[in-house]
Amino acid sequence: MNWLEAIFTAFTSPLFYKLTILSALPLIFAGIGGVYSEITGVTNIALEGIMKLGAFTGVAFTFLTGNPWLGLLLGMLGGLILSFLHAYVSIEWSANQIVSATALILIAQGFTGFLMRPIFGQEGQTDFVSKIPTVKIEAIQNIPFIGEIFGEISSFFYIAILVIIGSWFLLYKTPLGLRMRSVGENPRAADTLGVNVKAIRYFGVLMSGVLAALGGMYLALGDIGQFQEQMPAGKGFIALAAMILGNWNPIGTMWAALLFGAAEAMNIQLQTLMVLPSEIKALLNLLPFVLTLIVVGGFVGRTRAPAADGVPYEKE
Amino acid sequence: MKSRWMSFLVPFLAVMVSLLIAAVIILSIGENPLKAYGAMIRGAVGSRLSWADNITKMTSLLLTGLAVGFGFRAGVFNIGAEGQMAMGGIMAVTVGLSLGNVPPAIAIPVTIVAGMAGGAFWASIAGWLKAKTGAHEVISTIMLNWIAYHITNYLVAGPFAVGAGVPKSPEIAQSAQLPALLTVQASSIPSSILIAIVAAIVIYIILEKTTTGYEVKSVGFNPYAAEYGGISISKNIVLTMAISGALAGLAGALEVMSVHHRIFGAFTSDRGFDGITIALIGQNNPIGIIFAAFLISSLRSGSNAMQTIGVPDDIIVVIQGIIIFFVAADRIIRTWIMKASQLGKKKSPITLQGGEEE
Repeated sequence: MNWLEAIFTAFTSPLFYKLTILSALPLIFAGIGGVYSEITGVTNIALEGIMKLGAFTGVAFTFLTGNPWLGLLLGMLGGLILSFLHAYVSIEWSANQIVSATALILIAQGFTGFLMRPIFGQEGQTDFVSKIPTVKIEAIQNIPFIGEIFGEISSFFYIAILVIIGSWFLLYKTPLGLRMRSVGENPRAADTLGVNVKAIRYFGVLMSGVLAALGGMYLALGDIGQFQEQMPAGKGFIALAAMILGNWNPIGTMWAALLFGAAEAMNIQLQTLMVLPSEIKALLNLLPFVLTLIVVGGFVGRTRAPAADGVPYEKE
Repeated sequence: MKSRWMSFLVPFLAVMVSLLIAAVIILSIGENPLKAYGAMIRGAVGSRLSWADNITKMTSLLLTGLAVGFGFRAGVFNIGAEGQMAMGGIMAVTVGLSLGNVPPAIAIPVTIVAGMAGGAFWASIAGWLKAKTGAHEVISTIMLNWIAYHITNYLVAGPFAVGAGVPKSPEIAQSAQLPALLTVQASSIPSSILIAIVAAIVIYIILEKTTTGYEVKSVGFNPYAAEYGGISISKNIVLTMAISGALAGLAGALEVMSVHHRIFGAFTSDRGFDGITIALIGQNNPIGIIFAAFLISSLRSGSNAMQTIGVPDDIIVVIQGIIIFFVAADRIIRTWIMKASQLGKKKSPITLQGGEEE
């Protein structure tokens, strides 16, 4: 099959759209996590590390308890604890947030590597564990085309819909959301109006930890059922790009994540539809990263970060 | 407390605290931390062989540390040293392969310059994007890291592929290889360490004695004031990135010229990221970075020895993470130091003010 044929086949097959959605899932969770943190004024570039630790914790507890849902819950707790470190030094000690987040990425990488052998007796990847089951809905399955995409799909898809709609509602339709946005735009004014800046920022950063962990766990517990050391392979940073392209808004982040998901899906589709030598496959893997670079380079001027993003707040 | 002492004490205490926390973690998997650290020290500096290994590792770490540290001075967070080092290696191999008939006196500098240009070009992309569109260098350099990684994989599996087994490039010409400084049994100390130390001194001079260094530092210190003072921020960001990338590219070139003589997938083995730890421990001071690079290369070479007694070497990454964490939250440590210095002199109230001086 030649290039044009392969691309055409990809675009017309339901599998491509399903892969797009599935590839976007980790970016949606982590990207919206980033929105929570940055909208309250704390930069969190540690999404990559939180995803990794979340994925590992989720798999480890699924392995130890046999229950993937329990693993999922404890994996979210893992993300919460890791992001707490970032929140604590950023909010209480005015730490440099980029440096602190870099520390979290290393801590997550070191910890998962360190605990691999004591828990699983091997390095590189863990044993296979039970996955979070897929949801099958027959009424949808019977619809042509659509049925092949949504008829049977990972539970994470439905969790993502809850997260997207819930986050949009929380941020734009509730008093808490208003406070979060005001803390991210002008913490001093919010403080004067009696908003507890610290508490709101803690909430934002901790939510980013929980959601990024979910994103990591989709890769491990939703997709392949094991943790691999090279996970999440840059997806935490692509999620940050999705957050920027999505203008720090949950719905926008979702669309941006779907765009990056489509690049990944096209990569996977081309590799399976065409007989390609290994070196060409290596080049095709560039697709999502080049796209991210172009998008971040081209769109940043047109989106606007919360005014107090990354700026520590101290009471006078 | 004088600021010169603070800039030494903060990273020193960060290292000590992280070793202590790591000791607790080692205990938690039922191993003896004293034994582990003993093995680590022996592995790092216990024999002539371990010294050779240590200094070989230190060479590229010193350069990636300088690369990141130089960026920090201008307020640029270059975490792309990994990709820039890879590009330096790729360029050094591309040029070094075809220098068979050229005398070493020409071949060696040409290969070095090619590597530096490769790294500088790669970093400039991120610098240019930041200056033109405001793209945050953290995201763009991370993307460039992945792109460089996949390009390396492409080259060693495709155009450069040679031999069977692990995908790798051919060896560069003999004349472009750097001779060993000193050969100790099977292992040798590469002469590239001298080039790395010279680079540190040059960067020190650029930062402290030249106009370029002054501009770079003032942009890092307060970009608005610098612009008001007539310094172009965007020019400086691109320039800083280029110099920073050239240093990381030099690390890649020297790695090729004196250690492997070729490239293979992931030959940079996370040394670009180690550069972040090193720059932070060295407080972005080129001379401090020399010592910090030796510390991290010791931890890295020692970790192999630790592995043999059953402590996974990933503990080193945890230690680095905790060090960076405390450097980020340096106020925690400064508060400890202040409290400790007040404990000693509780009776004289005058020292209270002195403790906060920086």
